[in-house]
Amino acid sequence: MATTHTRAAARLMLAPSVIMLLAWMIIPLSMTLYFSFLRYNLLMPGMETWAGIENYQYFLTDPAFFAALGNTLMLVGGVLLITIVGGTLIALLLDQPIWGQGVVRLLVIAPFFVMPTVSALVWKNMLMHPANGLFAWIAQTFGFQAVDWLGAMPLLSIILIVAWQWLPFATLIILTALQSLDQEQKEAAEMDGAGPFAIFLAITLPHLSRALTVVVLIQTIFLLSVFAEILVTTNGGPGTASTNIAFLVYAQALLQFDVGTASAGGVVAVILANIVAIFLIRIVGKNLDR
Amino acid sequence: MARATTTRHRVVVTAAAWTVGFLLFFPILWTFLTSFKSEATAVQIPPAFLFFDWTWENYVEVNVRSDYFRFAMNSVVIAVGSVLLGLLIAIPAAWSMAFAPTKHTKDILMWMLSTKMLPPVGVLVPLYLLFRDWGLLDTRTGLVVVMMLINLPIIVWMLYTYFKEIPGEILEASRMDGATLGKEIVFVLAPMAAPGIASTLLLNVILAWNEAFWTLNLTAAKAAPLTAFIASYSSPEGLFWAKLSAASMMAIAPILVLGWFSQKQLVRGLTFGAVK
Repeated sequence: MATTHTRAAARLMLAPSVIMLLAWMIIPLSMTLYFSFLRYNLLMPGMETWAGIENYQYFLTDPAFFAALGNTLMLVGGVLLITIVGGTLIALLLDQPIWGQGVVRLLVIAPFFVMPTVSALVWKNMLMHPANGLFAWIAQTFGFQAVDWLGAMPLLSIILIVAWQWLPFATLIILTALQSLDQEQKEAAEMDGAGPFAIFLAITLPHLSRALTVVVLIQTIFLLSVFAEILVTTNGGPGTASTNIAFLVYAQALLQFDVGTASAGGVVAVILANIVAIFLIRIVGKNLDR
Repeated sequence: MARATTTRHRVVVTAAAWTVGFLLFFPILWTFLTSFKSEATAVQIPPAFLFFDWTWENYVEVNVRSDYFRFAMNSVVIAVGSVLLGLLIAIPAAWSMAFAPTKHTKDILMWMLSTKMLPPVGVLVPLYLLFRDWGLLDTRTGLVVVMMLINLPIIVWMLYTYFKEIPGEILEASRMDGATLGKEIVFVLAPMAAPGIASTLLLNVILAWNEAFWTLNLTAAKAAPLTAFIASYSSPEGLFWAKLSAASMMAIAPILVLGWFSQKQLVRGLTFGAVK
């Protein structure tokens, strides 16, 4: 039994974490919100004036915003598609009786531990470079024209790089879920004459649904904020061809010094992320009850 | 058919799995090989795979010419420092939620999780300005604090799920024997939860080491960690692939090894206990 004394102590020990996270959330967020209603440029300090909703009007009607919103959705959607389908297939493969499974697992999860700036630059230069990259050499060997990956299709290239980073995460979580699948249920279905495809649809997939949901939601949170990969490969270009919302806000704030508009963009990004967060919180919360 | 696992089936799936593993690992392997080439060999077409003059030159060059060591030290200080600080703050909090839960505990946990979902660009501008005004831009102190705050929800959550598995009676028994709360945590809980605390430390060091939003935006030269050092190779002038590869290998090798050790805890930590 917890005594009154320990209860008081418990509250005291919880306080630092709660206070710090509260401060971390509320202070900068309310500042962002406040700045978003100001005409505020870092190059003209002390000249801030009230702008009303002008920044939002400017940010939301800027063609760059629509491009960035579209790119953000493409980036999140594309990476999710590749990692979910690829991750499920690879996890099903790794769940088979194979020699050296432990080593293959290590090889498959390795990309997840590579820092974003390294993976982006390795892909950009050594693999995707139009003249000296490995992909160009492979294409030429088979008699095709070498592709200027980041020049001609910057967004797709970034999607591929980011998908490579996240495929291990999806695979690992789906594999973990697969391994908790009740084998007897599968065997019973086999004895009843169900084929492997029918078993996958009727038993495996429903069992995976929760893991898949978690993968989608957690990846979405991180993918909405992809930044370093864009910064070191295309810098958002050409034009706005590979600019996402996160990069657009960064460019407004730290390249154009337009604090007001950048803050309005930040608020928009927070709202977008919250829509996803609500779903994730519900799923995790449900799990906590069990 | 899982029943009739024939050798042929096993050979086929083994070959397929190794191929997939090799392809996914290939960019890292290629970086490793390139790091031992001369700059001329690194860009040559057709590429050299194994038969070239292996050289340590790039590793020496990166260490001598650029301040690699300083960047690496920044990475170590920021990653390890922020996680240790986070553990110091999170262990009491996790104890409190695991062993003296109230009806609000669940809400607090959920709320902590939600702070993790705040997109960094939402607070980039004010944080940048506050750091500028407080003289924290490009300092290790500033980054340690930011990294600690970013990972605090994951640290609390992971510790909480590990602490929940420890029977509360043991802690109560020690309390009956007259142990103070501090002693109870340090001498009874910590040893029992040591594996959990170690995995929490490991996973969060990995996350902090690889974080590349705040480290790129809040540092310039003095406090820049390896993420920023590698980013400096993105300039289009000149191709220094061999040196880029050597620097990259040094930046990812330690974390790759740690990551391989922590792969079991990875799932649990990153899904907040939702998948085990």
